[in-house]
Amino acid sequence: MPLSTQSQDDEEHYVLVASLDNARNLSNILKAITFKDHAVFTATPNGLKVTVEDSKCLQANAFIQTEIFQEFTLKEDLVTFQINLTVLLDCLNIFGGNAVAGTSTALRMCYKGYGYPLTLFLEEGGVVTVCKINTQEPEEPMDFEFCSTNVTNKVILQSESLKEAFSELDMTSDVLQITMSPSQPYFRLSTFGNSGNAHYDYSKDSDMMELFQCTMTQTNRYKMSLLKPSTKALALSCKVSVRTDNRGLLSQQYLVRNDDGQICFLEFYCCPDEEVEEE
Amino acid sequence: MQCVVTGGNVKVLAKAIHSLSRIGDELYVEPQEDGVSCFDAVRNTSTSSYHHVYIFAYFLFASTNGADLNASLSCTIKVDSQSVFRSLATLEKTVEKCHIELNEQKDRLTFTLHCKHGLLKTHNLSYQDSESLQAVFNKDTCTNEFRAQPRVLVDTVAHFPPSLEEVTVTVSDERMWVRNHVEDETGNTTRSKAMLTELCLASDEFDHFVVKTPNSVTFCLKEFRGLLVFAESSNLPVSMYFDEPGSPVVLSVTDGVLEGNFVLATLSDDPITSLFFLFPFWTFWSTLRAHAPPSPPPDDFMNDDMDSYLIAMDTSVASGPSTAGPSASTLTDPCTSKLPEANHRTRTHSEEEEEEMEDGSERPPNKKFRSLFFGSVFPPSPKMSTQPVTTQEVLASDSEDES
Repeated sequence: MPLSTQSQDDEEHYVLVASLDNARNLSNILKAITFKDHAVFTATPNGLKVTVEDSKCLQANAFIQTEIFQEFTLKEDLVTFQINLTVLLDCLNIFGGNAVAGTSTALRMCYKGYGYPLTLFLEEGGVVTVCKINTQEPEEPMDFEFCSTNVTNKVILQSESLKEAFSELDMTSDVLQITMSPSQPYFRLSTFGNSGNAHYDYSKDSDMMELFQCTMTQTNRYKMSLLKPSTKALALSCKVSVRTDNRGLLSQQYLVRNDDGQICFLEFYCCPDEEVEEE
Repeated sequence: MQCVVTGGNVKVLAKAIHSLSRIGDELYVEPQEDGVSCFDAVRNTSTSSYHHVYIFAYFLFASTNGADLNASLSCTIKVDSQSVFRSLATLEKTVEKCHIELNEQKDRLTFTLHCKHGLLKTHNLSYQDSESLQAVFNKDTCTNEFRAQPRVLVDTVAHFPPSLEEVTVTVSDERMWVRNHVEDETGNTTRSKAMLTELCLASDEFDHFVVKTPNSVTFCLKEFRGLLVFAESSNLPVSMYFDEPGSPVVLSVTDGVLEGNFVLATLSDDPITSLFFLFPFWTFWSTLRAHAPPSPPPDDFMNDDMDSYLIAMDTSVASGPSTAGPSASTLTDPCTSKLPEANHRTRTHSEEEEEEMEDGSERPPNKKFRSLFFGSVFPPSPKMSTQPVTTQEVLASDSEDES
């Protein structure tokens, strides 16, 4: 629903214009990666990518394809800026976070380019709000060089079973150990907490396991604090793909269906704990 | 030790562990010949020094599916409960079988939950050896006995605020009254400002109602509620047994698979008696009671049995076998003057026990409380063997005995 309150001049100056009839299609996805205040927005002809990083060890990406938007106009090949994600989410939810049946907030996101703020036009029930959020110099996101040729182990699971395991994980454990193997125990999550250790084993023949491709036995430990942010994404998703490469880097990809049934992806990269050799 | 729990029993086991965890953080598990006992024992003290509330909950699970229980395993282990059975709702839907195994070589207690969709959850819990705990109580000798459907009791306690600590139950031949217990702390002012709630239950609301000694007992409500939650969810009738104030009230649920007993201490009317309210002493007293004249009022108890206790405990002043025996009524007067000393000796007894424990013995570390609570009445001292104690029936098993 294009807002007619803008002048035609502005239209020509915007390098990026993206519209959504339901702002929740964007805000719900972004909530899953809000573990840090700042995010880098990258817009390409394919759509919008939002990146959040933590201490160079964890990176989360949200992909919202062009098809999700009712309007997506890009004047340049690549538009990128950094913005305060918490503030952006507050603005997207400015009419109240709770979903009221039958009503939705419409969004028009506009950006004039380097140095300009991101302008949001939000409308609900005839009330229009205009938000201008300052943008910052975008930091170069880490390139973990995770490519499919280096992938050693890959499983695709239905999120339901993994949700249960993650909700029960022993939080007194500093690390989560993930073992993937072509032989028993196939796919195992282990914690080492105060009262003892616990293992969650997923059999490769389980009906929750949609794909099982493991070429070698790998055991890696990841800091629990780095994996916690991904539980929000897990809660939204219906399927998850877990991959490790030869360095033990963990890649989790979550398939999320939004309110309109369209598919978006969330991706997390996590570095393993290095084993320190005892002298 | 290994045992397997299947199907709906897994949920019952989980509920039992959850209800025990309301009492304390640690769970004591003891394999026995015919099953596994899960205990919890804790002592709460409220502000007044007279209120010592001892709680002991005991669930015995019959062995299921051809369990292989190593009955010679006499140690009791202490584990951090709760981590294994987190969410009761999902348990019901997903867990098919639970396998429990104790591996002594690795010092591990392993719970293996076989769930749907090929998911296997394994919890390896570390444990500590601890002394065998035996709460001594005898439901059969209790004079007042009741059994009711859990719904009746749940509806009754629902009328009391969740913050209420203690409740008083008064019984007569035909009725039971339940009211909140208000402490009479600073004169009568507290009592007059507090809201008093009293409910009356007729005997026909109970499945079984036997009152031989009408009186009142006051005990902790929180643990009572914990048991009721378990009983109601498993739809098991709750049985209640008690004698009189000062002696514990036993709440019990049972079905084919398990027997659960919650032993709650009750407030004693006589403040001086409550100073001596230590479990081993109580069990000793109840033993002697069997030999004493029938149903003596609390005051006589002080005179009849106190001296025997003092004689038994006193290793230095004992003048020989001739002074032993429960029926020395000549000691009525000196008895009261001995009370402070006896109190002191009680504490000495516990200190002695504790010191002995620390004497580089092989036994696992005990808390002082536990050695008072469940241990033998008599300190394991060679001097005691000269005392004529063989005539008295001992309910508490000496922790040194191989059972």
